Amino acid sequence: MAVLLTEKTKVIVQGITGKEGSFHTQQMLEYGTKVVGGVTPGKGGQKSDHGLPIFHSVKMAVQETGANASVIFVPPPFAADAIAEAVGAGLDLVICITEGIPTRDMQRIIGLVKASKTVLVGPNCPGVISPGIGKIGIMPGFIHKPGKIGVVSRSGTLTYEAVGQLTEIGLGQSTCIGIGGDPIIGLPHLEAIKLLAEDPDTEGIVMIGEIGGTAEEEAAAYIKDHVKKPVVGFIAGQTAPPGKRMGHAGAIISGGAGTAESKMQAMKEAGIHVCESPADIGATMKKALG
Amino acid sequence: MKIHEYQAKDILRKYQIPVPNGVVTQNAEDAPSIYEKLGTSVVVVKAQIHAGGRGKGGGVKLAKSAKEAKEIASQILGMNLVTHQTGPEGKKVHTILIEEGMDIKKEYYAGITLDRSQGKPVLMVSTEGGMEIEEVAAKTPEKILKETIDPLLGLQRWQASHLAYSLGLEGDYAKLAIKFFLGLWQAYDKEDCSLIEINPLVTTGDGRVLALDCKINFDDNAAFRHPDHAELRDTTEEDPLELEASKYNLNYVRLDGNIGCMVNGAGLAMATMDIIKHEGAEPANFLDVGGGANVETVTNGFKIILSDPNVKGIYVNIFGGIVRCDRIANGIVEAAKNVEINVPLVVRLAGTNAEEAKEILRKSGIKMEVADSLKDGAQKIVKAISQA
Repeated sequence: MAVLLTEKTKVIVQGITGKEGSFHTQQMLEYGTKVVGGVTPGKGGQKSDHGLPIFHSVKMAVQETGANASVIFVPPPFAADAIAEAVGAGLDLVICITEGIPTRDMQRIIGLVKASKTVLVGPNCPGVISPGIGKIGIMPGFIHKPGKIGVVSRSGTLTYEAVGQLTEIGLGQSTCIGIGGDPIIGLPHLEAIKLLAEDPDTEGIVMIGEIGGTAEEEAAAYIKDHVKKPVVGFIAGQTAPPGKRMGHAGAIISGGAGTAESKMQAMKEAGIHVCESPADIGATMKKALG
Repeated sequence: MKIHEYQAKDILRKYQIPVPNGVVTQNAEDAPSIYEKLGTSVVVVKAQIHAGGRGKGGGVKLAKSAKEAKEIASQILGMNLVTHQTGPEGKKVHTILIEEGMDIKKEYYAGITLDRSQGKPVLMVSTEGGMEIEEVAAKTPEKILKETIDPLLGLQRWQASHLAYSLGLEGDYAKLAIKFFLGLWQAYDKEDCSLIEINPLVTTGDGRVLALDCKINFDDNAAFRHPDHAELRDTTEEDPLELEASKYNLNYVRLDGNIGCMVNGAGLAMATMDIIKHEGAEPANFLDVGGGANVETVTNGFKIILSDPNVKGIYVNIFGGIVRCDRIANGIVEAAKNVEINVPLVVRLAGTNAEEAKEILRKSGIKMEVADSLKDGAQKIVKAISQA
């Protein structure tokens, strides 16, 4: 069994008629994901290029298709509203790919998200994949292989790098969760790791963090007390200077907080197998599993 | 985005937050008339650069006459101001702010920023005004008082009041501070700030509460809502190469090392810098060419990296996901025709169509080493520059 994205997940695409949304809908369908429709206000009643029904609103889409998840490719000025709409429709899982949402917009809806039953992954993330079952997001499916390692990461391509190493060394994945690179995200490291720790079919966890914030430290504290499975960790940005935003809006060392050093220290103290080099993630997991 | 103190104070004025009277100039000749206009016996001449620590570096000075104001203005304008935030090379001062002097009773600190662990803004105040707040937080955290703000309700009057009285303010000072804090929240929220910091916030002998200094950073993601903020950008404060890269929509940060990196994705770009260090060398930059790496972005990426005279070698590390590696390989081949790459080049391509891509690179005749893995590439480039 996988977490978040299982055989029962039925997905609608918010922003299905946009370039990105349309392209990745095709990719998700080819991977075997159950995509059941899309939402573009004003285009309800039409069919997408993939032959899927389009609805004006998420509520309408859910009513007609029985979808329980959505993926958001809506442009930044409207993306927070799209998240709130999906939460309002009572979906179990909402994955927001959009990069560049203003912090103020996320700040205003995050309370609503937390108070609901909806799990929000992202924004500014590659999405979630349960190899062999489906993928919701923009990651390349073919580098993954079904198996028993869970991956949690704030990054996109660095996650692919880690997954590539795991697959190469013969370790498949249960579910890979890209939690996103923004300062405010729905599912933080800690919650994602909790899901994988409680999943009976996940035997090891890879946790990839980066500079900025204290989410990795919080996850490490949880792992120390609650997680018996081997956890392998890496923090990107060991060489990043303070005060500079390294691409991701959340990847910034400010006021001396959020350094790679402090995160790696907290992770080591929690018994996590911390890799100094990003090239050692796969091999370290293999070793940790014994 | 960072802005200057005088620009930040204009924003405070917009929200009725009291700031000292002051005039901005780039010309020391204006100083005497500004002195007369302000009408206080003492004025303060303040260098306008984006870095903090200006006072200690000699960029903030008092003048007690029109003549002295001019002398000090001409000293500061054009000076190379070195502070703990500018780095050893310092920043040239182009602009000064001349402000009225005042009878300061006591200095405080007030700031609003995002508390990431809660996903909510927080108003922080302290009696330790004028000091580095990070230092106060490290040494005497009990001296920083915080109120978490509900972003939907905004800062509540009771919260502002609680903090004002907790600082030990009384009477009219407390009332003015409450108004000040409420205004500060309005400015933070309406202008999409990521940081607003008043250090120091002062009380004066003549019964005022005002912002003696102010630092504001804007959330870049919200720039589309604030076309007026674009005018506040001072490109002379930015690294010339970072500025050039931003014109091409490239995410570039200049560093001190000598291995240039070109990578797709921010996390992998940081990890590539890290592995270069791990293999015993130093990265020259962070450069994320993004998901749609093509001939144009790769060409511009090479141009920017090679403009840095410290660069002794280049490591291109692309993990092709949806973007096919063969396309990127063609991009590199085309780019190499447009830009003269006169330093060792190592290319690592992984993911979709990586094998075809390697073949394209090998056949191209361009002088480069093709690497098989993240580590292999890092080792190859470190070795190449040590031999060069």
